[in-house]
Amino acid sequence: MLCLVPAGLLPSTAGPAGAQSNIVIVSTTTSTQDSGLLDVLVPMFERKSGLTVKAISVGTGQALALAARGEADVTLAHAPGLEKKYVSEGKMSNRRLVMYNDFVVIGPPDDPAKIKGLPKAVDALERIARSRSRFVSRGDKSGTHALELALWKQAGIEPKGAWYIESGQGMGQTLGIANDRRAYTLTDRATLLAFQKRVDLPILVEKDRPLLNIYSVMEVNPANGPRVNARGGRAFADFMLEPETQAVIESFGVEKYGQPLFVPVAGKKDEDL
Amino acid sequence: MELFAQGVLEAFRLLLAGDAEVWQVTWLSLQISAGATALSLLVGIPLGALLALARFPGRALVVSLVNTGMGLPPVVVGLFVTILLWRNGALGFLELLYTPSAMVAGQFVIAAPIVTGLTLAAVQQVPETFRLQMLGLGASRGQMLWVLLKEARLPMLAAVMAGFGGVISEVGASMMLGGNIRGSTRVLTTATVLETGKGNFDLAIALSVILLLITFLVNWALSVIQQRRR
Repeated sequence: MLCLVPAGLLPSTAGPAGAQSNIVIVSTTTSTQDSGLLDVLVPMFERKSGLTVKAISVGTGQALALAARGEADVTLAHAPGLEKKYVSEGKMSNRRLVMYNDFVVIGPPDDPAKIKGLPKAVDALERIARSRSRFVSRGDKSGTHALELALWKQAGIEPKGAWYIESGQGMGQTLGIANDRRAYTLTDRATLLAFQKRVDLPILVEKDRPLLNIYSVMEVNPANGPRVNARGGRAFADFMLEPETQAVIESFGVEKYGQPLFVPVAGKKDEDL
Repeated sequence: MELFAQGVLEAFRLLLAGDAEVWQVTWLSLQISAGATALSLLVGIPLGALLALARFPGRALVVSLVNTGMGLPPVVVGLFVTILLWRNGALGFLELLYTPSAMVAGQFVIAAPIVTGLTLAAVQQVPETFRLQMLGLGASRGQMLWVLLKEARLPMLAAVMAGFGGVISEVGASMMLGGNIRGSTRVLTTATVLETGKGNFDLAIALSVILLLITFLVNWALSVIQQRRR
């Protein structure tokens, strides 16, 4: 048993080619699963294409890392900076925008850092750090974490100290910790809506351009591994941009939360938003 | 407290209402963990008995390895088996990753050392004089082993319970190897993690209660067998 482990690190050569496979592995972020969107879109795609989808929901960092190793066929992620890096390295291709929603900064109602209503998220984070008010970070290389780190960098702050709590967990658990510790945190609006009954931290900063949460679909370069199903990956990516799919995205969440969770943006570019 | 009560009620409501998805998830959990436990018995019992009876150089090391294996962290097993089953891994050609078979494989690796270790202890606690006596009375080695295993059946049922309990309750390996795919590899533990992440705490509690319930039922059945002829 134990001696098999190092063998697992060696590449293998035999086996059927992924190109003929009718299984598509989609590596994606937890928010697409936790929001319930995948549960709607995956069966729809399977019906249309006759392919079987295995959607693996992990943090955006891991979703892209798996794709870069050829362990997935297509990736749906939400970290534009990181995505563009993978595209420029040739690991991923054909990055296309699918939808967006937005991030908000929430925190305790008494707002010790005095950030309420600030137009810029960067300024808000700077005040939180200066006043050493508690802030809960995802700390898990997720898309949300990537945005948070970009904001700290822009503010010229290296977050460290007792006030900076790294949860290392998903958005839901992180919201729970922030609520419990009366701390500030950065969250996507969809997860906050799902937790509105359990979290009573108000939204303090919103609607700043960097807080846009843009989801893109990318195809995996077949050169990343011998069994990448490029055809299947392409089919899923195309499906995400079809008018019918985009219409489903547009109305998704209205029934449960009284407002849509995502805005479809097929055909647009980052700079259009 | 109120939330907990809600969850317990929800559990019974889901079971009694015959919620198809909950039943499917429950049934899959049972199948995977029972399958993994059965496989680990096939390997663990002969191996444990062999280690208990045989004397060879390095035996102490092997026994230590088995005992260490009894505490293998599921998440470590999950990671190693996942890497093994990756498309580019040594066993990638099997295309097993994100299937129930991959989960059985992972749970087998977790349960096999538990069954081996407890079988080893169970067989060893039968006095050596008893074995010598049997051989002296003209029993063949096979007959001796059979009687020995029958003699040790009570602690060995404990091995079955420990193995099954270890795998039905683990989440780390199942999450990595199965991918928590709806309708295909979602089991009670991974569904509980998912529903907690979604903020559906009452459903998460309901799934936990179902998990506790089936673990209890399986152990109750095994205990009845174990205690029947005392």
